[in-house]
Amino acid sequence: MANSTASKPATTSVSILSVIAPAIGWLIPGAGHLIQKKWIRGFLLMASVFILFILGLLMQGHVYKPNGGDILDILGFIGDLGAGGLYIVSLAKDLGQGAIAHASADYGTKFMFVAGLLNFISVADAYHISIGKKQ
Amino acid sequence: MNATLTLSHFSAALVFSIFASVVFGITQRETTRDQVRYGFYCFCMFIGGVFVGGWLMWLLRR
Repeated sequence: MANSTASKPATTSVSILSVIAPAIGWLIPGAGHLIQKKWIRGFLLMASVFILFILGLLMQGHVYKPNGGDILDILGFIGDLGAGGLYIVSLAKDLGQGAIAHASADYGTKFMFVAGLLNFISVADAYHISIGKKQ
Repeated sequence: MNATLTLSHFSAALVFSIFASVVFGITQRETTRDQVRYGFYCFCMFIGGVFVGGWLMWLLRR
């Protein structure tokens, strides 16, 4: 009886972390690892996603909006959405809304798309760490 | 954003490979040693794929 009462708060804290870590990891890439004290992994993931996304913007890449209409635009939106806060800020600042006029802009569009997809993977990793499936 | 960055096809592939390999290495393996090894493996496969693809396209163009 005493054991079951004592183990209850630990279970609750793990379940809260398993929700917070992926959520904050999506909003701020790498932060899901940082709040679990995985400092090096967190900063490496953060740097990778941030640099890819910012390079994409600098290369005049296109940021997809939710109401794309075309199926490829919707897929682009899903990819970009993975970057979380970076995507929200770029939409709020109206960045990346130009046409894809040259090859470099096309690479930039793919950079941002991939940055979002990589952040989805790191969010899943943060979740696995929070539930103890991975160290 | 006023600043414009222009990367060649190869340098864009190189940048992409570096950061994608870092994320793959960290997320797909458990220990630090395995993460470094897998990240390096992914990087080599990305760059190797660029060269193989490049030569294949050169052969197709001929």
